[in-house]
Amino acid sequence: MNAPAMLSRTPVVALVGNPNAGKTSLFNALTGSRQKVGNYPGVTVERKAGRLALPDGRVCDLIDLPGTYSLTPRSPDEAVTRDAIFGRIAGEKPLDAIVAVIDATNLRNHLRFVLELKPLGLPLVVALNMVDLAARDGIVIDAARLSALIGLPVVETVAVRKRGLDALGRALAADIGDTPPALPIAAASDLKALQKQARQICAAVETSTGAARRWSQRIDAVALHPVAGPLLLAAILFFMFQAVFSWAEAPMGWIEAGIAALQADLAQRLPDGVLLSLINDGVLAGVGAVVVFLPQILILFAFIIALEQSGYMTRAAFLMDRLMARVGLNGRAFIPLLSSFACAIPGIMATRTIDSPRDRLTTILIAPLMTCSARLPVYAVVIGAFIPARDVGPFGLQGLVLFALYLAGILGALVAAFALRRTVTKGAAPPFLMEMPKYQWPAGRDMALGLYGRATAFLQRAGTIILASTIVLWGLASWPQPPADGNRPAIEYSLAGKIGEALEPIFAPIGFNKEIVFALVPGMAAREVAVSALGTVYALQGVDEEHADGLIAQLRAAWPLPTALAFLAWFVFAPQCISTLAITRRETASWRWPIFMFSYLFAAAYVAAGLTYHLAVAAGL
Amino acid sequence: MSSPATPRTINALAAGEVALIAAIDRAGLAPETAQRLCELGFDEGVDVEILHRAPFGGDPIAVRVGNMVVALRRDMAALIEVAA
Repeated sequence: MNAPAMLSRTPVVALVGNPNAGKTSLFNALTGSRQKVGNYPGVTVERKAGRLALPDGRVCDLIDLPGTYSLTPRSPDEAVTRDAIFGRIAGEKPLDAIVAVIDATNLRNHLRFVLELKPLGLPLVVALNMVDLAARDGIVIDAARLSALIGLPVVETVAVRKRGLDALGRALAADIGDTPPALPIAAASDLKALQKQARQICAAVETSTGAARRWSQRIDAVALHPVAGPLLLAAILFFMFQAVFSWAEAPMGWIEAGIAALQADLAQRLPDGVLLSLINDGVLAGVGAVVVFLPQILILFAFIIALEQSGYMTRAAFLMDRLMARVGLNGRAFIPLLSSFACAIPGIMATRTIDSPRDRLTTILIAPLMTCSARLPVYAVVIGAFIPARDVGPFGLQGLVLFALYLAGILGALVAAFALRRTVTKGAAPPFLMEMPKYQWPAGRDMALGLYGRATAFLQRAGTIILASTIVLWGLASWPQPPADGNRPAIEYSLAGKIGEALEPIFAPIGFNKEIVFALVPGMAAREVAVSALGTVYALQGVDEEHADGLIAQLRAAWPLPTALAFLAWFVFAPQCISTLAITRRETASWRWPIFMFSYLFAAAYVAAGLTYHLAVAAGL
Repeated sequence: MSSPATPRTINALAAGEVALIAAIDRAGLAPETAQRLCELGFDEGVDVEILHRAPFGGDPIAVRVGNMVVALRRDMAALIEVAA
């Protein structure tokens, strides 16, 4: 290697540690906002990298590797960590040094992993993190003694308060040489022996006043109480959903108004024609219909991140495990499914916390059955048109029907999970074994960075696949244009209309008329678009959920009641939007599962709508 | 491995009772699961205590093992014997 190449070499440093060691907080504290979040090729494991300036002026690449308990992986995340350490990932430079992040309140178990990393021979610096919480729990660790016993530099840090970062930089600078170290070679390690060694070292360096975990145990006395625990969980979830729907209302209105203003402005500036229609009716209408959910998704993510970082998420999984186990899932599936009530996209993204691949896949496949908020406008219009606004006992009939639709989705999801776990995703799930970390206040910086990462991921998707698919759907609905003397709605002359006509025989047996089939095609872009598509088909201009009165009257005249009920049943199961299929493609890294998801939900919707239609006809409705 | 007539497992611990792990029936576990148990700190001679039992039937349980809290289902806890 010649001198200039040596000077330009950027050392690579990885953060490695057990889950809950505060690794990501340390990464955020070290790199601030200068971080790039991406994916490792072929897997849905997040790759987080940033720049770290060492005190001697050198700059290195800092990588936040997924948390793992050992070098023997049990999930795709853990495999990435192992492969990165051994320099086996294509396109990734081998490591120059490792920062082993360990939780001072859980020294024993985390130290065992450090002892497993040490024989690899890579320069290794130990970040003894969360020493403040250890002190709070009455634990004092002699860091100098620890360093002497394990023969590695040990730096005390408090990542969330940016304490110890300079010392960590100095220790790294001293450890990183000018030439890269030799690649480590995997060696079998005796876990039990390391565990014992860790316990002995721990006993020598740690003094505890016995108050350990006092705070967490006090909170758990309520949070995991057989009666108070579920009530608290229900209260938190109720608050979360209130927030998602009510706090998001105003910003959603602004986004809608902004898009409408932009459309009106463009209509003034551009000549009436294909270009204007493409931008206004295709791009802005389609992408706008998805971006309008950004406020809800951000609020939902803020809650999820706070619940994750505080340590409560594992408590929710603990409380719900028993119920989830009955359909072959585990407690960790609960929050992703719950999130799917707002939108399946964040729900499916949240399944990354499920460590069993089969459980995760099952959860992804049933997530679209949770009634997402995009289905509400559809339900609202059809219920408004066909379900009489009278009371049944103390309840309104319309509300009861809406509740029944939500319930049908949940029951459908349970049945689907039960069936999938015995067929498509068959196989023993790894047993439910979950560390329940101590409670912590979510750090503002970590929340902000996490939220920023997820928001950009969502917008990137809206900007690419959803944009492309809305343009295609717009094209299908706009071409060919109606003849000059055409007196039927324009959509009937278009390709979407032709597709609808071709599909009509398939849907006729379940009571769907031609107009419904027309609306189902653009409804693939986003479910609520089906409402405006129905408006278009029934030759109404500018129908959306706020101006739906005209449409309600039209539908009431045009559809028999069994058709309306079948349409509702259809929407409980099927037309999952293109965005959901796209995110499923991304999260499962293959087209197989989105195609399977589409097929099984289509079949379920078809059967449900058909049954509803024929039962309603038989009942003389 | 010593096995008295009726080995006492974690499941039999009373509330607030602290015991030491006497034996783990690793033969009854998949190798990965046995290893994960070890990684989470379950090992002969380590102190355990049941902190919480989940609602709806007392399964899973939250166990303190060393100074870590781990949730596990009772069928797995039944493979971990304790000495009083």
